[in-house]
Amino acid sequence: MSHANVAVGAHSQELSEGSPFSIPTKKLVMWLFLISDAATFAACLMAYGFLRNATPDWPKPFQFLPTVVNAMVMTFILITSSLTMLIAIRAAKAGNKSKAFNWMLITAAGGIVFAILHIREWLGMIGEGATLFHNPWGTAIFGASFFSITGLHLLHVTGGVIALIVVGLRYRGGRYNADDIEILGLYWHFVDLVWMFVVPFVYLLNVAPTH
Amino acid sequence: MNSTQDRGSLARDLIVYVAILVIAALQFVIAYQHIDGAQMFARMLALAMLEAGLGVLFFMHLWMETRGFLIFVAVFTLFVLAAMNYLWPDSFRILVGAPFSSYH
Repeated sequence: MSHANVAVGAHSQELSEGSPFSIPTKKLVMWLFLISDAATFAACLMAYGFLRNATPDWPKPFQFLPTVVNAMVMTFILITSSLTMLIAIRAAKAGNKSKAFNWMLITAAGGIVFAILHIREWLGMIGEGATLFHNPWGTAIFGASFFSITGLHLLHVTGGVIALIVVGLRYRGGRYNADDIEILGLYWHFVDLVWMFVVPFVYLLNVAPTH
Repeated sequence: MNSTQDRGSLARDLIVYVAILVIAALQFVIAYQHIDGAQMFARMLALAMLEAGLGVLFFMHLWMETRGFLIFVAVFTLFVLAAMNYLWPDSFRILVGAPFSSYH
């Protein structure tokens, strides 16, 4: 190696800095994405809250059966899928590729079941006459806010399922490592956390009153 | 502590999982309590924030990152979310007139 190369190498080492907060750059980027996505969901929920608060005849159409029970099952599935994702990350960190891959597939299966239940519920509501711009229960804004918020969340779940399968396959093939599984896990847990706000505000505050 | 270090035991993950499930169940119970809307909203919001806090700290392992990163995420996120709350007075104005006014 020439003196010039040594000098350039030393100079570039001086210029390069460690990752902020001592965490991998990819992980930091995922956290920044999640913070911005949290702001997106928060904006949607606050816009919904604004509309709900400013509309005197806001409908409360959700019956215990099927909607509330369906929301219970969906919540259980999504929270459980977060646990299976944790097990997958733990297996990946321990270097057990097949176990990690299998638990990622179980997590993806949870996401698929969640999406199927969600779409089934949508179809039921559409069958009752609820659309983006009309519903039989009251103000038309109800349908727009319900379908847009739950739709945005469903889009995130669908993206997460695709990512779980793609990253899992690439991890098993040796292209990705355990850190990549952990970073994907952050996204999946975030999707779970968002649901914890969607359920009470979009579903449970709109439960039909019992007498 | 960084990503290569210990992430806690599976037992702790299970405890957090059960705690989140119980809190979620409480939200469903509150939905059928005979209380006014504002109280129900406050209880739902408190429980949702508790669930989210447990999830972020222990499922997403923020508790095990460096303290600087934890503070960065918390301050940045909470500031952005708090800043969005400017709109509430207007929604109250539409519904009942000026916020907290004596004449509705």
